[in-house]
Amino acid sequence: MDATQTKEMYTEEFLINMGPQHPSTHGVLSLELKLDGETIRNCTPHIGYLHRSMEKIAENRTFTQFIPFTDRLDYVASMNNNLGYVMAVEKLLNLEISERAKYIRVIIAELNRIASHLIATGTFAQDLGAFATPLFYCFREREKIVEIFDQICGNRLTYNYMRIGGVLADLSGEIIEKIKEFIEYMRPKVDDYDELITYNVIFLARSKHIGVLSKEMAINYSVTGPNLRGSGVKWDLRKDEPYLVYDKLEFDIPVGENGDAWDRYKVRIEEMRQSLRIIEQAIESLPQGEVTVRVGRILKPSASETYFRTENPRGELGFYIVGDGSVYPYRLKIRSPSFSNLAVLPELVKGIKVADIVCVLGSFDVLMGEIDR
Amino acid sequence: MLSILTIIWALIVGIIVLGFIAASAMFLIWWERKVSAHIQSRYGPMRVGWHGVLQSVADAVKLLLKENIIPAEADKLVWWLAPFIAIVPPVMAFVVLPFGKNLIVKDLNVGVLYLMALSSVSVIGIFMAGWGSNNKYSLIGGMRSAAQIISYELPLIISMIIVAMQAGSLSMQKIVLAQAGCWNILHPNMAMAFIVYIIAATAEINRVPFDIPEAESELVAGFHTEYSGMKFAMFFIGEYTNLFIISAIAATLFFGGWQGPILPGVVWFLIKSYGIVFVLMWVRWTFPRLRVDQLMGFAWKILTPISFVNLAITGWLLLK
Amino acid sequence: MRPDEIAAIIKSKFPQVKEEAGTNYIIVPKESILEVAQYIKNPPLGMDNLHCITGIDRKEKIEVVYTFYSIGEHHGVTLKVNLTPEDLNVASLSEIWKSANWLEREVYDLFGVIFSGHPDLRRILNPYDWQGYPLRKNYSNPDFIAKPRM
Repeated sequence: MDATQTKEMYTEEFLINMGPQHPSTHGVLSLELKLDGETIRNCTPHIGYLHRSMEKIAENRTFTQFIPFTDRLDYVASMNNNLGYVMAVEKLLNLEISERAKYIRVIIAELNRIASHLIATGTFAQDLGAFATPLFYCFREREKIVEIFDQICGNRLTYNYMRIGGVLADLSGEIIEKIKEFIEYMRPKVDDYDELITYNVIFLARSKHIGVLSKEMAINYSVTGPNLRGSGVKWDLRKDEPYLVYDKLEFDIPVGENGDAWDRYKVRIEEMRQSLRIIEQAIESLPQGEVTVRVGRILKPSASETYFRTENPRGELGFYIVGDGSVYPYRLKIRSPSFSNLAVLPELVKGIKVADIVCVLGSFDVLMGEIDR
Repeated sequence: MLSILTIIWALIVGIIVLGFIAASAMFLIWWERKVSAHIQSRYGPMRVGWHGVLQSVADAVKLLLKENIIPAEADKLVWWLAPFIAIVPPVMAFVVLPFGKNLIVKDLNVGVLYLMALSSVSVIGIFMAGWGSNNKYSLIGGMRSAAQIISYELPLIISMIIVAMQAGSLSMQKIVLAQAGCWNILHPNMAMAFIVYIIAATAEINRVPFDIPEAESELVAGFHTEYSGMKFAMFFIGEYTNLFIISAIAATLFFGGWQGPILPGVVWFLIKSYGIVFVLMWVRWTFPRLRVDQLMGFAWKILTPISFVNLAITGWLLLK
Repeated sequence: MRPDEIAAIIKSKFPQVKEEAGTNYIIVPKESILEVAQYIKNPPLGMDNLHCITGIDRKEKIEVVYTFYSIGEHHGVTLKVNLTPEDLNVASLSEIWKSANWLEREVYDLFGVIFSGHPDLRRILNPYDWQGYPLRKNYSNPDFIAKPRM
């Protein structure tokens, strides 16, 4: 029922500031809500609380020095950020990396995608009031991935593993065994989530037909990633503009039907399954060889510009790099997926209940680190 | 002489009841933390005492020593009174709870009615807390709570009335004795009444999946956002005492109360009550939360009609 | 469609645009950005996705770079508008692509480019009362310490 049509039902609007300190704004997002009872009349997001001016910092760092900063963009999918940045720089340098490094990058990026989707799943269930239990299960599984990453690069959150010209270190046989074990361990766990969360009656009632994002609207707002696929658009850069070795691997692109919160969530669950498939195939066909290409210590790309985008867990991460022939980028623009994904929120939440804004926001899985940069 | 003895007796009983309430609330808090921890594949409190049994004591001491912060813009009197009003009804409910054959403070002949009246009072405390805090989140929490408790009162009361009809009495002790041969839960219409009761009661004490008044992911902490120290502890103790009360009422009305073989009555009563508490905890750590309109819709469109139909069927069965 | 084909189509329709030397980027005069944008949104090009808007401070000019993609056609094009520091006005595309709303706000915030016709041109990443435009090369802030160059 739309309350705007029943004028006599209007009550006095009242303003509520949701965030920047709030349990479910996923970081330091501030939403200025105009409420009519429990119904949202207007929503104005305020962002920038985590603005560190990464793009200005980049102009004062060499190309290699900036890699650790990309870890801090989307800090739950650091590997994917590393990957997007180093591949953009490699494109600027016209550098071709070894085949083994490509496979390793795919394996690691997909592992990190699973880790990121696990957090998205857990926090979304938490936002819908399934207090802590799904979140703990998701973190239990993520822990296994983080341990693998710890072993390959010594860090648990900010990895700095992808390097210009390859990766930091080769995957040893022991780590490959661990990854294989993880695949075996993870498969039944994804089914568990389906049982515990996905088809729960209350969960369905809360997330079905909430925050419906139509195909046209999603494309018009430049929404990307699982959110776009949740609206039924079959678009995935790994398939549509394949980079690394994704064109040699077999996987499906899950899409949603209605574009509601549940579809976006379901796409993530399915993507975890597909990522497991990708990792399995990549490990099977992992070739031998070097993992790094020798690049000079001082990287001086010619004065040129390039734009390169990769499929991150949250959408399409693009780097627009302008070189001026020096060791520093002249300009580095980070096109972060969450930034565009969040822009659609005010449109979607008009007229729904205050409890649903949490649901819609959770289903978009935005991360303030990369919105504010 | 008689009156002095009565006063002393009343004091002793009061101290025992309050002691039981404090111990029970502390135990339930610790137990809930352990249950939730094991559901979530972790340990929970482990440091204070054996498996953290004294954790609640440590927390209580901490809360006692905390500063009592009063919001500058709060409605002082209302704000100050709210936790007391919230904690009094659950304490008063102990008067009619039959722990054993003779173990009851006072077997009122309107016991069930008395409990119904008390359950309506606790909403006033919650609403006062929401209003008095002068905080928008608290206000929404208080409003939601008032709406929710009023909605769920009806199915709750009707399912209790069904039991009273079956027993032919409003006295709790008589209801227990009426189940001597066969527990109420074994009759199909009573089982239905139990399901309605337990759902409505969960909503009545604001637990998941009906915890919208304090929905953490929406309202931060709802009506008790602004409370600190001992005032917060009072809401907390009230909440857990309520949890015990509704389980104890369920045990009394549907599971034969203190009756059972071999073991003494009070043990049976506690086993049954805490068993139901455990189920409620299990539910809490498994389900997501309903939205406010779905919650109201569920109460008015599903629970209330079902309980009315059940009432009619029970009446027909009794008259047949 | 290949980038050079797209460039050829746009150039045949709008003679005032030119191609940047060495790249397939298309330089559009700022007066005609709105009509070029309107044209490329519809078939045959069908650029339904305005992916990214950014600015580059070249000291003598500020470039605004628009990156478009087409979900249906699997191709993309990059348009550039050159602005002189004296006149930083350019038409807003937020009526055509909703994604331009926030992306343009960001460019305004960091470069001071005024997008005329924008519904809500406020700062977005910096505080609303911030002075200056941080990503300009001549920006200086007492709190900002440039790292010594190699």
